[in-house]
Amino acid sequence: MPLLDIQSLVVEYRTLRANVKAVDQVSLSVEKGETLGLVGESGCGKSTLGLSTVRLVPFPGKIVSGHVTLGGIDVISCADEEIRRIRGKRVGYIFQDPMTSLNPVKRIGAHFVEMVRTHEREVSKEDALKRGREMLERLGIHPQRIDDFPHQFSGGMRQRVMIGLALALNPDLLIADEPTTSLDVIVEAQIIELLKHLKESLRLALVLITHNIGIVAETADRVAVMYAGKIAELSETDTLFERPRHPYTQALLNSVPNVRKKGQILSWIPGAPPDLAEPPPGCLFHPRCPFAFDRCKKEEPMLMKHNSSEVACHLYDKR
Amino acid sequence: MSNDATRKGIFIPFLRPITSLARRGLAGSAILVGAMMVVALALMTMISPWISPHDPIGINVGPILSPPSTQFPLGTNHLGQDMLSRVYSGGAIMFQVAILSVIICLAVGVPIGLFASYVGGYTDRLASLVMDSIYAFPGLVLAIAIAAMLGPGVVNIALSIAVVYVPSYFRIIRSQVLTIKELPYVEAAHMMGAKRLSILFSYILPNVVPSIVTVATLNFADAILTAAGLTFVGLGLPVSTPDWGWDLTYGRQLLTSGAWWVIAFPGLMIVLLAMGFTLLGEGLSELFNPRLQK
Repeated sequence: MPLLDIQSLVVEYRTLRANVKAVDQVSLSVEKGETLGLVGESGCGKSTLGLSTVRLVPFPGKIVSGHVTLGGIDVISCADEEIRRIRGKRVGYIFQDPMTSLNPVKRIGAHFVEMVRTHEREVSKEDALKRGREMLERLGIHPQRIDDFPHQFSGGMRQRVMIGLALALNPDLLIADEPTTSLDVIVEAQIIELLKHLKESLRLALVLITHNIGIVAETADRVAVMYAGKIAELSETDTLFERPRHPYTQALLNSVPNVRKKGQILSWIPGAPPDLAEPPPGCLFHPRCPFAFDRCKKEEPMLMKHNSSEVACHLYDKR
Repeated sequence: MSNDATRKGIFIPFLRPITSLARRGLAGSAILVGAMMVVALALMTMISPWISPHDPIGINVGPILSPPSTQFPLGTNHLGQDMLSRVYSGGAIMFQVAILSVIICLAVGVPIGLFASYVGGYTDRLASLVMDSIYAFPGLVLAIAIAAMLGPGVVNIALSIAVVYVPSYFRIIRSQVLTIKELPYVEAAHMMGAKRLSILFSYILPNVVPSIVTVATLNFADAILTAAGLTFVGLGLPVSTPDWGWDLTYGRQLLTSGAWWVIAFPGLMIVLLAMGFTLLGEGLSELFNPRLQK
């Protein structure tokens, strides 16, 4: 049984104009120790998908249907107290902006104490601090700095502190929602290196949400490409990069510079993602797709197995 | 980074020694000057029994309406009371009223503001409705009405001032909580499974405290003026209490006969005290507000 199992999940944002489906019929699973990359452009629903795994979709959003099981617990229907015990304890979460993700009036040590004692009441304050120091040391921060305030750390260090907090209780699953977006490339490389190292040494399952396809290539075992709330393609990382099947994935890869390809001309994807309040009929990608044919405008493609990948595209549907 | 500035702004007043305040430009000196004024007046009031040359409520200790002289440096009033002694001791009630009203405000306004705005929805609407309707009244008129209902006395004056001032606390706290509860670190706290109460008390409250301090200092200044105003219209304290407010009430009538000293010195004390608190509050709010910092 997979650690995280998502079955035909639908999450809607209820706005005055329309009910917008930010996540539409998404099915995914993550095994223990596996790294799943979740890629897509802004607004494709990847963060919403991440948040719904711990039932924290922000206000106008609502989980409409589907199932999410986390280590055997039904996340959607369990009691509030039960889901609260999962958050932080079984699932660690890292946010995009480390600059504002720490409480500015509390020392780093207090964050660790809060984190540990929320879930393990019997642990003393000293033991929690000790755990915090060990964790900091492991992440390359001097343990004495546990007495400092968040504003005394740089962005990269704060993100490492966030990672340390997320891992303080040895969760089975770590969800990193664009963990390096607000950091510069050098620090980004350090953080990614750190995540790779940690997931191997802790046998941690990792869901890496990002719009940076390069990071995914480096870290993920499998990749899910999302477009307009749906999964366009889901396959092993190597397969995805060698033989991208969905036209959107192909376009996405062509828009990333590759040092190995000489004289490559970068392309871009014409048009913009669809307005999900009034989605186009048929395949949501057809207005921007160079291979679109009649059927794409009428019928919505389903995610189907094609060789080793799963693709939602009529091009690969033999019928 | 503006974020860094925010954080420094929160910590400096608590962590740095007072001496470095002066180096922080206008805001720092405002805090120092304001604090000195308030402390000096408080000290003067506290030691007044030992430094007053005469009994502040004793009648005919000197000639009636004598102008400032060497024997009576601040003159005497129409009852022959020594103005210097009355100025020394007349602040006691004002300080009590101001401190008590701020305590009541903190005890009532802060929890309501925190809970209602954190819970949101109908609770928040209801609390806002009640608070806004109190806020819509002119402060002094409402205080006069309440004081008239409750009768004179320190506690009653403090209560009537508190009723007027609670909505200010509520509004400030509400606007802060509404902002803070959407910030990533609160979201992160939810994500690590923190309980709602612990989020409210260890994540939101500490970040609202600077604003509460600022409102409280302004509340002090306003409480003093309102207390003086209540005494002035005769709803304050028994006549036998030495009080700057009473001196103003009588001094007003005596001013026409040229006895300026009866009203001038107690009036000056009220102005100084209110100014001290205002400077303190303004300075603090400037230190706390990153946008006003250089």
